[in-house]
Amino acid sequence: MLKRPLTLAVAVAIGAASAQAAARDYVSIVGSSTVYPFATVVAENFGKTSGQKTPKIESTGSGGGLKLFCAGVGVEHPDITNASRRIKQSEIDTCAKNGVEEIVEVKVGYDGIVLANSKTAGEPTNISLAEVWLALAKEVPNPNGDGLVANPYKKWSEINPELPDVAIEVYGPPPTSGTRDAFVELALEAGCEAFEAVNALDKDTKKAACHTVREDGAFVEAGENDNLIIQKLESNPNAFGVFGFSFLDQNADKVQGSVVEGVEPTFELIADGSYPVSRSLYFYVKKAHVGSVPGIEGYLAEFSSEKAWGDEGYLTDKGLIPMPKAEREKYAMAAKNLTPMTGL
Amino acid sequence: MTDTAIDTASVVRQSLKKRYRAERRFRYMGLGAILLGVAFVLVLFVSIGSKGYTAFVQSQIALEIYFDPDVIDPEGTRNMEQIGRVADFSRLYKNALKARFPDVTGRREVRELYKLISNGSTYRLRDMVMSNPDLIGTRQTLWLVADDEIDMLNKGFIDRDVPESNRRLSDRTIGWVDAIDEGGSLRKAFNWDFLVNGDSREPEQAGIGGAVVGSLFTLLVTLMLSFPIGVAAAIYLEEFAPKNQFTDLIEVNINNLAAVPSIVFGLLGLAVFLNFFGMPRSAPLVGGLVLTLMTLPTIIIASRAALKSVPPSIREAALGIGASRVQSVFHHVLPQALPGMMTGTIIGMAQALGESAPLLMIGMVAFIVEVPGGPLDPATVLPVQIYLWADSPERAFLERSSAAIMVLLSFLVAMNALAVVLRKRFEKRW
Repeated sequence: MLKRPLTLAVAVAIGAASAQAAARDYVSIVGSSTVYPFATVVAENFGKTSGQKTPKIESTGSGGGLKLFCAGVGVEHPDITNASRRIKQSEIDTCAKNGVEEIVEVKVGYDGIVLANSKTAGEPTNISLAEVWLALAKEVPNPNGDGLVANPYKKWSEINPELPDVAIEVYGPPPTSGTRDAFVELALEAGCEAFEAVNALDKDTKKAACHTVREDGAFVEAGENDNLIIQKLESNPNAFGVFGFSFLDQNADKVQGSVVEGVEPTFELIADGSYPVSRSLYFYVKKAHVGSVPGIEGYLAEFSSEKAWGDEGYLTDKGLIPMPKAEREKYAMAAKNLTPMTGL
Repeated sequence: MTDTAIDTASVVRQSLKKRYRAERRFRYMGLGAILLGVAFVLVLFVSIGSKGYTAFVQSQIALEIYFDPDVIDPEGTRNMEQIGRVADFSRLYKNALKARFPDVTGRREVRELYKLISNGSTYRLRDMVMSNPDLIGTRQTLWLVADDEIDMLNKGFIDRDVPESNRRLSDRTIGWVDAIDEGGSLRKAFNWDFLVNGDSREPEQAGIGGAVVGSLFTLLVTLMLSFPIGVAAAIYLEEFAPKNQFTDLIEVNINNLAAVPSIVFGLLGLAVFLNFFGMPRSAPLVGGLVLTLMTLPTIIIASRAALKSVPPSIREAALGIGASRVQSVFHHVLPQALPGMMTGTIIGMAQALGESAPLLMIGMVAFIVEVPGGPLDPATVLPVQIYLWADSPERAFLERSSAAIMVLLSFLVAMNALAVVLRKRFEKRW
């Protein structure tokens, strides 16, 4: 029978697997789905030009990536993790506890989060962050009295007569997404701080009030797939969507970004920091792996080269918003010299 | 007596119409259910097919490439190793584009012009020169793959009527493409790259080759483990195990396992195979092991049903002429039950082929460019590739994900057809 040798072969393969784990000839990268489209382009270019193996990149989300990254030193753990937010002190502590001491922080660039709707809806909407919060929060300050009440607004025009006279319907990312975290932090929190009734609350209740998104159907969690949101916006001109700038950039013929606090979401305005809802993207390198896993230095050099993350580099074609030149030089040096970060 | 008989007959006759009606109603409802199902399947196939079929062709632009010795080998050493490492092969097609449009000047415009051709052409030109150094110094007209945005334009996915600022392509670029098209140097050719290449972030270079090979290795491991184990378990439970509460418990558990959500098997795989045994992440071997756990119950249940359908007289006859129980099972019962077992296995494999959730936990949802060469290389599988592409911002990935779905569906249909053929050809009716 043929079966027995085959089963044997599998047993041998399983044995070999443990042996193979002792050495890895490709870079293993995990982390944010926002950085994923950029990291993958760099990895591919690195693989094609260096003759070394192309790094393997998993899209696990920022938090998931840092968890894997901090699990320990050794080839079974990833070398680099991408993050759409900065590493937290608690994560640095976990890392240190598991023996991951020297972490090199490299900032990649910026990403804007846009509130967009279909082009067929007419002119772009002009909206303030306070209005965004009023439209999406679960509880808002009572319009005719004190305290907070369940969000009574059904139409945008009830918040501000200037806004469109249509029902509030916003498609956005689910809580597991880094985009959602950033949107809540940069847009909703900034918006809710404009209200006396919220600022008067104690710290925890205020945070809850600012961060809790309404659940009455006005905010629809559309999953991690931003293409799906764009398709929904196309078919429903009254709806708005929340997603990263790169998707707006790629679909500029179908959707338009709303003007937030008087600033349009354009490449230049996000780059110079005037657009309010933008965040920094990072990746973190495990210094202990440099030298034992081939390709890490090469990947870092490729990522921090001007032809990649420069003003006209190939990453900007993919929607990355580059850092100013001085900042790029600073992080390129950190990547080259593998300077470990010293606290937050 | 006769009265009641007549009465019964008339009652029956009266209710007859109603019963016929009920029967007809039921038949129409059944037919309706089937038609509804067929309609949904049709909608699915048509929508995927209409979106995806364009991905099987790609736009190519003919350019006269001059393999300029000054670009490839400025020092005239003909040292191929040196050339492969140092020479800038993208210059070759860039120069050809410049020669085609000599009046384009200005840094920005020239950069835009270069973007007509996929940057993957650099590597194709390099490989051509490396394998045939005699090309240096010659002129060749080559069909080079166009950039994905040009491809989208050529396939009519970009609306020329919207204002220029709202398009990814400028009027200038569209003008160039039209000029090339009028010169007969733009064509749509069959997209071999899509079938052979691994993943890429450039849609025009991305292919499902890597995912197909990854799926193949994963399924191979699954098949090699789950078929023998599943069949052995079924034979033991059906033919040898005593019928007591313990075996009942096992039977209930197997039936329950068949209904466990697949992500649970992924978590199990993460805990056992990766964390405890320290196997590599993203390897088809681990994927195969996880899918084995998932398909085992299906195979065991199908195999037991196949064994049950073999009439006891076969066993009794074998035992009666002096065969041992093992002999009666392996010589007489198993061959009769095998077609049913294989059908069950193929259905289980088809299920495993379409599975992505359990593979998420063990790191197979990843960007992997190289086509895997063995079950230990990092790999991804077809459904995961579809998921990754569907989530990419570039427009051209939309048609590619639909095309990948078409490939996956055709594999599934082929496997199910094989199961039907096996059943038809070898199954015995008693």
